[in-house]
Amino acid sequence: MLQEQTASLATGSSGPVTSQLANEFLTFRLGKEEYGIEILKVQEIRGYDSITQIANAPEFIKGVVNLRGIIVPIIDMRIKFRLGNADYDQFTVVIILNVAGRVMGIVVDGVSDVISLEAEQMRPTPEFGAVIDTEYIMGLGTVDERMLILIDIEKLMSSSDMGLIDQSIN
Amino acid sequence: MSTDLEQFYEIFFEESAELLADMETCLLRLDVNSPDLEDLNAIFRAAHSIKGGAGTFGFTDMTEMTHMLETLLDRLRKGELEVRSEMVDAFLKAGDVIKEQLAGHRGEGQADPAVAAAICEELKRLSNEIQAPAKETPVVSNDQTEAVSAEAEVAEVKASPNDDSSRFTYCIEFFSAGMSNTGMENLWANLKQLGSLENVTPANEEERCQLKLVTSNSEEDIWEILAFVVDPAKLKIELDTSGKIEADATEAEAPNTISTDAGSFVDEDEFEMTKMPPAPGYGFFPGAPAAPKDIMDASEANLNSSQQQGESNSKNEPQAAANKSAGKANTAAPASETSSIRVSVEKVDQMINLVGELVITQAMLAQTASQFDPVVFEKLHGGMSQLERNTRDLQESVMSIRMMPISFVFSRYPRVVRDLASKLNKLVELKTVGENTELDKGLIEKIADPLTHLVRNSLDHGIEVPEKRMAAGKPAQGTITLRAFHQGGSIVIEVSDDGAGLNREKILDKARERGLPVHDGMTDQEVWMLIFEAGFSTAETVTDVSGRGVGMDVVKRNIQSMGGRIDIDSAFKVGTRISIRLPLTLAILDGLSVTVGDQMFIVPLTYIMESLQPAAADIKTVSGHGRVVQVRGEYLPVIALHEVFNLHPNVTSIHEGILVILEAEGHKAALFVDDLVGQHQVVIKSLESNYRRVQGVSGATIMGDGKVALILDTAALVMASQQEAV
Repeated sequence: MLQEQTASLATGSSGPVTSQLANEFLTFRLGKEEYGIEILKVQEIRGYDSITQIANAPEFIKGVVNLRGIIVPIIDMRIKFRLGNADYDQFTVVIILNVAGRVMGIVVDGVSDVISLEAEQMRPTPEFGAVIDTEYIMGLGTVDERMLILIDIEKLMSSSDMGLIDQSIN
Repeated sequence: MSTDLEQFYEIFFEESAELLADMETCLLRLDVNSPDLEDLNAIFRAAHSIKGGAGTFGFTDMTEMTHMLETLLDRLRKGELEVRSEMVDAFLKAGDVIKEQLAGHRGEGQADPAVAAAICEELKRLSNEIQAPAKETPVVSNDQTEAVSAEAEVAEVKASPNDDSSRFTYCIEFFSAGMSNTGMENLWANLKQLGSLENVTPANEEERCQLKLVTSNSEEDIWEILAFVVDPAKLKIELDTSGKIEADATEAEAPNTISTDAGSFVDEDEFEMTKMPPAPGYGFFPGAPAAPKDIMDASEANLNSSQQQGESNSKNEPQAAANKSAGKANTAAPASETSSIRVSVEKVDQMINLVGELVITQAMLAQTASQFDPVVFEKLHGGMSQLERNTRDLQESVMSIRMMPISFVFSRYPRVVRDLASKLNKLVELKTVGENTELDKGLIEKIADPLTHLVRNSLDHGIEVPEKRMAAGKPAQGTITLRAFHQGGSIVIEVSDDGAGLNREKILDKARERGLPVHDGMTDQEVWMLIFEAGFSTAETVTDVSGRGVGMDVVKRNIQSMGGRIDIDSAFKVGTRISIRLPLTLAILDGLSVTVGDQMFIVPLTYIMESLQPAAADIKTVSGHGRVVQVRGEYLPVIALHEVFNLHPNVTSIHEGILVILEAEGHKAALFVDDLVGQHQVVIKSLESNYRRVQGVSGATIMGDGKVALILDTAALVMASQQEAV
């Protein structure tokens, strides 16, 4: 027990990843890659239907939907990260997130499962050129042979390049 | 624990604000020559309730001030002092100070202690001015008022019987049947601590126990000890006056009898209750819920309700007295029973949302059900129509929760007019009509400032000084009328005066001076609208009331931001009427739904002049692009919605589609859309709560089929088209 703690403390200095204790992640697929987001940020998962376009919005913002009386913007992560094919059918899945006090939906290729990751299963992000700025990646998780890219969804969705929130410059 | 108290703070603040408003209404209604006792009582109760609450939370500055108020008011309502107008002034000022103190505790601004002290002094001076002859007042003596707090008063109650170092003999009588021996022993021990105890129970008596206690403690102390052990209903404590104790003649009047038997309770004097220790929640709830009722209808309902209150109060008094041990002064309770409950706005909004959802679900169900054969599924269709009716009723009643009578706003103007009129040496009467007209709470809050401005303007610029009025053959006293009524789907609020009216020539001269594009051929309406231009004022002298030309433009902007409109009617030397037209609620909008491609948009109805299908010949281009359409001799710029929003329309040539003629802020434009769908009342939802502001869109709504439709920001679209044209 104590050893575990000291171990995690030791690795804690190497990156912010391990400062997080064991967490549950919802994993989803974008193209061939597997991503994970903190389960606590997920409100629900629903199908993709009746979207109202928003004028002059970036291409990855598909529009807004009515979620029980709340107007919720829908972002297609496949377009944003140029992964997978942006087709829409009855299998298209929207993950409704609740981040930074806002509700929003992201379109992904498919939702796999919920995985619990221990601190030692998470590795710090190496520096590499990825479609997602490494700033928004909390780390890499390993489960058996699979690799999960853990996204700091709150940071990503609040960032200016998503254009979801009015920036002060506007 | 601290968070617990904090959650009550908000209630206390709100309630105190209401009580203060209530108090002010009563004060202004008060006729100095023949004061209505009921009004005085109402003012007293308001001050008293605030004091109770403030005491509970430890806001000593407020307790102090309200206590001063109470002292003077008590003497007034007992007829020991005559009401004079300077007292009313002092009360009003004290009310202002309490308001500031309240704001201070809320963390908004800071009350000036010097002002408070000055008012305190004045109140004290007034209350001490004429000592009532030959009657010892039960009012707390002066030196003690200095450091008044609820605790100090309690001490006083206890102290007064002690003053002559006299000891009282109490006869205690209770049913001891069923009590254990140890319980009795404890009781004996406790009572003995208070003083000398004597058992006078008759030997043959088994069920009852009679005791004689000689003590310097008050009845309350004995009561407290006994109440834990004995059933209060079977307990009786009486002061034995036949004993060897010398009770002062004045002190004999003091409430020395405590009994659970309401009938035998002699003290009906409410003031005595103020001397009770402030138990938690003391004076916390009474009165406030009645407040809306009180101000609802100044002329009629007020008479009624005050009568009612008077009646129920007198009935209630013995009962309230019986509740004394509970430490609650339920003086205004009877009025509150039916009037209102306090619910947070969030809860109401949530309910409105849920009902909105229900309506949508119902619409979806109805659509599905309509596909079934009405003969076979007769019951289903019957049920569906009933569901529709019920949901509509439900929606209406939920919406009405947010509605409040406009008297909430109107009630503040008697004060404004009173103060300002005396400052300007004018005689003005304020009439209010239609105070019960209801509108959305959000609008109520926003309308107050513009309306205040208009009232002040009427008083300063409209109403003339008495001499001038007499010379013009008008009564010396001017009249300002506030009127509210429903018209169509909107509410109209009018501020009218019988003053000088607007001077057309003067306004035109002033406009020319400022270089505004004016000419003599302008209609009166157009001329009057000039006064809403920024920095426009015809006042010869700048006073601290008005004349700087700041304000009317702000008024207009505020009204417009609420989705309203402002109009002026005026006749020179006869008077001016300014009418504000507002939508009933902020949450609902009358809109026309239009389609472009597969998308639906809502155009707010208030901006739409007309819709038409133009002939191809009416469409002209200006310098190659920039199209205009000729409508009745006017050339209007065409805004193609699909171009603005980058959509794929079903029709691209204008004469095949529909043009909706819009007018916003004096500019007109024609909006080109594929088709008109229908007129709806839509519930406005914010896009910004989860997304960001979108150019050309003011909000969103949910249509009957559950889809989202965007509401166009008409003003922005029209203005953008104007800029393009330039």
